[in-house]
Amino acid sequence: MHSNEFIQFFDGGVEPKLENLGGKGASLVTMTSAGMPVPPGFVVTTAQFDRFMQEAGITGHIHQLLADLDPEDVAEVDKVSAAIREDICSRPVPDDMRAQTIEAYEDLMSRFDAPVPVAVRSSATAEDLPDASFAGQQDTYLWLEGFPAVGEHIRSCWASLYTSRAIIYRLKNNIPNEGLSMAVVVQKMVNAKVSGVAMTLDPANGDRSKITIDASYGVGEMVVSGQVTPDNMVLDKVTLVPITEHIGDKHAELVPDATARSLVEREVDAERRSRRCLTDDELKAVAQMAKRAEKHYKCPQDIEWALDHDLPDGDNLLLLQSRPETVHSAKKSVTAAAPGTGGYASVLGVGSSSPKAPDTAGNAAAGNPGASTSVSGNPASGTAGFSLGSITASLMKASI
Amino acid sequence: MSMKSFPKPSELPVPAGAEGWEKIYPYYLVFQDKLKDQEDAKFWFCDSQHWPTVFKPFETIGGEFAVKCLGQYNSRHLMIPNANGIEFRVHLGYLYMSPIPVPEDQIAARVPHFEQRVGHYFQNWEELLKQWHVKVRGTIDEMETISFKKLPDMVPMEDITTGKAMDGSEVLLENYDRLIQLAYQNWQYHFEFLNLGYIAYLDFFNFCKEVFPNIPDQSIATMVQGVDMELFRPDDELKQLAKLAVELGIQSAFANTDDVDATLATVRASAGGDRWIARYEEAKDPWFNFTVGNGFYGHDKYWNEHQEIPLGYIADYIRRLDEGQNIMRPVAELVAEKERIVEEYRDLLEGEAQAVFDAKRQLAATAYPYVENHNFYIEHWTMGVFWRKIRELSRMMHAEGFWTEPEDLLYLNRNEVRDALFDLVTGWGVGAEPIGPTYWPEEIERRRGIVNALKTARPAPALNTPPEIITEPFTRMLWGITTEQVQQWLGEGEEVEGGGLRGMAASPGVVEGYARVVHDSDQLAEVQQGEILVATVTAPSWGPIFGKIKATVTDIGGMMSHAAIVCREYGLPAVTGTGSGSTTIKTGQRLRVDGTKGTVQILDDDAAPAVAGPGAHSHSHV
Repeated sequence: MHSNEFIQFFDGGVEPKLENLGGKGASLVTMTSAGMPVPPGFVVTTAQFDRFMQEAGITGHIHQLLADLDPEDVAEVDKVSAAIREDICSRPVPDDMRAQTIEAYEDLMSRFDAPVPVAVRSSATAEDLPDASFAGQQDTYLWLEGFPAVGEHIRSCWASLYTSRAIIYRLKNNIPNEGLSMAVVVQKMVNAKVSGVAMTLDPANGDRSKITIDASYGVGEMVVSGQVTPDNMVLDKVTLVPITEHIGDKHAELVPDATARSLVEREVDAERRSRRCLTDDELKAVAQMAKRAEKHYKCPQDIEWALDHDLPDGDNLLLLQSRPETVHSAKKSVTAAAPGTGGYASVLGVGSSSPKAPDTAGNAAAGNPGASTSVSGNPASGTAGFSLGSITASLMKASI
Repeated sequence: MSMKSFPKPSELPVPAGAEGWEKIYPYYLVFQDKLKDQEDAKFWFCDSQHWPTVFKPFETIGGEFAVKCLGQYNSRHLMIPNANGIEFRVHLGYLYMSPIPVPEDQIAARVPHFEQRVGHYFQNWEELLKQWHVKVRGTIDEMETISFKKLPDMVPMEDITTGKAMDGSEVLLENYDRLIQLAYQNWQYHFEFLNLGYIAYLDFFNFCKEVFPNIPDQSIATMVQGVDMELFRPDDELKQLAKLAVELGIQSAFANTDDVDATLATVRASAGGDRWIARYEEAKDPWFNFTVGNGFYGHDKYWNEHQEIPLGYIADYIRRLDEGQNIMRPVAELVAEKERIVEEYRDLLEGEAQAVFDAKRQLAATAYPYVENHNFYIEHWTMGVFWRKIRELSRMMHAEGFWTEPEDLLYLNRNEVRDALFDLVTGWGVGAEPIGPTYWPEEIERRRGIVNALKTARPAPALNTPPEIITEPFTRMLWGITTEQVQQWLGEGEEVEGGGLRGMAASPGVVEGYARVVHDSDQLAEVQQGEILVATVTAPSWGPIFGKIKATVTDIGGMMSHAAIVCREYGLPAVTGTGSGSTTIKTGQRLRVDGTKGTVQILDDDAAPAVAGPGAHSHSHV
């Protein structure tokens, strides 16, 4: 089926708009059209949410309930939140819209030999913006199979816009409820055998000529929560030559269990622990993907990636998310997702705040960085475009 | 951390039969008993990159001229603030070097002189380099005019009638002195731009290391290295000749290239053969002034005197062309890749830093190619002519009965040759027998025995206690003598996974293949398509081999060694400076060469040999 007002496939070729798709949804469509391999899926647009809310008669009710709400009155907020969410989860979705969502889901399933589990997650219009992070405030549901479950959880995502916490947050920050909307992403669950993060700089010193990669077995949740030490590699960004490599212990992995429809933790054997979890080619592919993402977004990126079991080698690297690297780019730290919220990280394997490299040896450059750019007073230096002072300083350095 | 030490010179065992070796070299080249304390306090590293095998006494000339002239530019011409020249000694037949720092309190005073002098060169680079070519070519042309003819039985009548009043022996003596002088002259010129090339490179290198911490050395080298350099020209000429032969359909003329005359006669007799011969003659001058070695040994074979070597390469190229292979270097791809690398690093910088990057790279890209290109003019061309003249002199004196083998002159040092010449002209002048034929054959036999005995031992990589950190810029850059390298030699370096060798990551890429160990250029014909070349050191004239092999491993050499440059040029992985690759690895072993990490693994080795640095241990290597 084709993308339309209510459904937009990642690869549907429609220009993504943040107000239609929310932050995550727009990002996934953008990445797909830029040739960055994200797991396939579609977005249930804000237009669908808006029409549902309107036609089901919920909008008017909400404005009434929220009118004079006191954010400090937690019991009252909880009551209002429950009422609104009950409305959203129970009132009927217009038939034509519902039919389109079912068709989209079936279209997605038809791409695989057998139906695969999907993740359903909210994609708020204000989320993921570098300066106004709502990260962790909406919900994510994993391992869903069959449309009844998917449809039900799309509504749960919609409802998550009105959790007590979200209501209080908006009240306290004077964010109006008018125009509030929510898109929902339906995406194939990544069946990660190895996953991790990559940054298009060296977080130890902000050096933009490097790509830093953390990688571990299974989905990345244990990396995020610090339960395993991942492999950490630094590569030269231009030539992709390895600069440093630290093999992490990676003592355990979270892997999808088809029968339990969830992740199970298991021990990693000694042999797999002791070697790097990525081959040279895979490492290079991750770095190249990070580079593409940076080139596309025109600023340093922090990407999340995974190698998918369901896809053939060489074609199994998936880009889960790419976001601006904020620590060094904006000189301020990112707000980490609260652990245990089951955010985006757990859906697709890794956390929304990437684990920082344990330590990359020898990053501090010796010498005085100013030395090379200082121009000596020698009149000879100007004309030929070289600096004698710098040449002298260069020779005098303690080491090269 | 307390540093382990290398052996003291006096602790190295003298190989059996080499006793008394000190006396075959000039007194000033060997460690002195009376200076033992001072000399033992210094760190000396072995330059086996340029002098991989034992010097015959005459051959120290190359080492002496080269290292002396390198030093003079640091300490007398350019006034490098913190580095004087390099002291050197011959020990047990090998050359050891020790860089001389400038005392702290003198550094500042040298800076203005240094900047004035270096500034002048960098500002007038093109013009001065043009002059350099004229000067060097002039030296070579004059050398070519020198000859060592047998003295006549009587002075020609013409000299009587013109009242010349000279017997001609003075010409012989002058020619010898002049030949030495001319070689010395071109060695001075050799370093006029070399140190400057390294200085410009170092300036860019340090800048890159500051703005891109840990940037691979390979990346920096790629950004300044010339892609199409003169060093590749002789090989390119052979490729063109092979293409022309295929074009003319005269491949069959190259069936037995060992017979040079017959091969050339067959070509000449073929249709279009004249055209090929004309092209061949054109290529010979000057590009066949190319040695299979490195120009520092009297036994080096030069293409123009051993045309079976270039003809053999041409035949091999013809075969590969007939098999449909592409024999040309991927120059366009290399240029494109180089430009991409420069552009991407450049784009990582902004504003002033980008401008500084441009200026420094431009200077390095202008000055550095000399480092690669001078080699043809001095080591190959100048030294080719020099050794040819020396052989002519040696044969003349051999005919006079001074020694038993035509090239035995090499067992005399150059000052003894002057004595022997005077001995010759004296005997000739007075009408008596010279003393040499009585004295030299026996002495030469004794020395031959010593040289052969010395050859049974490899040099120690270094002598005495190394400094905590190796800081001297030229030592690091020219010889790849880094703190890490020294650690490796001392057996304290990081171990290679699965056992194996570590060296410089000189040219990127990973391949597996079978080893072909080559100790001598005469073995090059054994190299098969797709093998991995393992050698002590490689020479520029091995170029044609690089089109056949998959990777290179050398014992000696850094990022800027010949093997490294050529492999980057051919897009082959290379690991240089492994210390012991050629002695650890055996022909036929399967290797995994990682030129990106700088490691070599022996994959299917039944009897894994112990891996060690070149060490002081002896082994047979002839």
